[in-house]
Amino acid sequence: MQDEPTPVELLTAVAAFLRDDIAPQLTGASAFKLRVGINALDLVVRQLTLAQASDAAEHERLSALLAQDGSLLDLNRKLAEAIASGTVDLATPGLAEHLWQTTMDKLAVDQPNYASYRRELEREKSS
Amino acid sequence: MSESFEAGLARCVTSWCDGATGIAGASRLSGGASQETWSFDIVHPDGNIGAILRRAPAGYGAAPERAAGLDAEAVLMQRAHAAGIPSPPVLHVLQPAEELGTGFIMGRIAGETIPRKILRDEIFAAVRPKLARQLGGVLCKIHRLDPAGLPQLRRMNPATEIAELTRDYQGMDWPRPVFDLALRWLRDNDPGPSPDVTLVHGDFRHGNLIIGADGVRAVLDWELAHFGDPMEDLGWICVNSWRFGAIDQPVGGFGTREDLFAGYEAEGGRVDAARVMYWEVMGTLRWGMMCCGMMQRFRTGDRSMERAMIGRRASETEIDLLRLLAPRGITRAGGR
Repeated sequence: MQDEPTPVELLTAVAAFLRDDIAPQLTGASAFKLRVGINALDLVVRQLTLAQASDAAEHERLSALLAQDGSLLDLNRKLAEAIASGTVDLATPGLAEHLWQTTMDKLAVDQPNYASYRRELEREKSS
Repeated sequence: MSESFEAGLARCVTSWCDGATGIAGASRLSGGASQETWSFDIVHPDGNIGAILRRAPAGYGAAPERAAGLDAEAVLMQRAHAAGIPSPPVLHVLQPAEELGTGFIMGRIAGETIPRKILRDEIFAAVRPKLARQLGGVLCKIHRLDPAGLPQLRRMNPATEIAELTRDYQGMDWPRPVFDLALRWLRDNDPGPSPDVTLVHGDFRHGNLIIGADGVRAVLDWELAHFGDPMEDLGWICVNSWRFGAIDQPVGGFGTREDLFAGYEAEGGRVDAARVMYWEVMGTLRWGMMCCGMMQRFRTGDRSMERAMIGRRASETEIDLLRLLAPRGITRAGGR
């Protein structure tokens, strides 16, 4: 067992230092690159925080949808092939819901400020 | 940056620009290893002339498969300029003896290309509502350029585009079921080759358009020009990725499809709205694949943090594809 602080705590502290203390000292290309770097750290923190639960739920949905077990990557390959070949389509019960949930979980990590994601999140909250 | 490059550029400029005594303020704007963009001033007794050099350095001649090539780009810009399409004048096409690589020098047009500024800054407030219509008109003029005067370019239709995207996707070897859904939809709904085949700009969107307070001042970057369905350009500029947050304004985050179409038709063009929507789906997937391509380049040796992070933007196109193909609730993406 590894000791504390956790990776999330360490990354959060580093990102806060870069954002609050270093970013104001930079201009131009370096400032832009630092912003990209801070965004990357924030993304990793979100992934470390969220992915375990969303991967587990995705795995469960895929197993049900395809009626088989396997690794998350294998099941995604199988679903991709099934959609490509037409054996599964939007009329297949559960497919649209699965794709939506999986995509929403990806956006929650990748780009939670993306306008389409925020719009869909609002829709989920209001329904 | 490099002394010899600047000296070479100065020698080149003074050889064709009457009265020019040299160059000043050369700075690299952007581009990857294979293509560079430089801004500089031509020093001239009558007043300096702002100029832009686009070049592929020697040894980087091999263009990627989709690219038209810089020589073709120069011809396209000359033809566009001659036809009254907002376009910088091409001042010079690089010659092998100049040892600057391949490429061309054009006049520098003042204005803005950064989407967030165009969408938010006060100086563009008056022109924003007029832009979509203006751009429709510009596109129609591009599509009406006489193919006889144009360089050799690839000829594309939905089927060839789908085949390329499918091959690229399979090459990634990373399952993205939403991309499979989109490819399947594109195959099932392929409207066939367009009845009209014209020049297609291929990358007509924010970043490649110089906008001023008076409207569109220049169309840039003809790298992806090809012959094909003119509706492709109208669909591409409606792709959600170019709305920069203003998702209810389908055209670049500043305008409506209706205005874009009206501008196109006012110039005498005919719009097929269903084809435009088809190309919007294709374009959304294409941008998603381009994001994945950035991630591949990162993996295969280019360790750029920016490219890595663009790779993580492919999921943005997945949600946009779902909004187009499997919308939840009653409102459709941008459909108003």
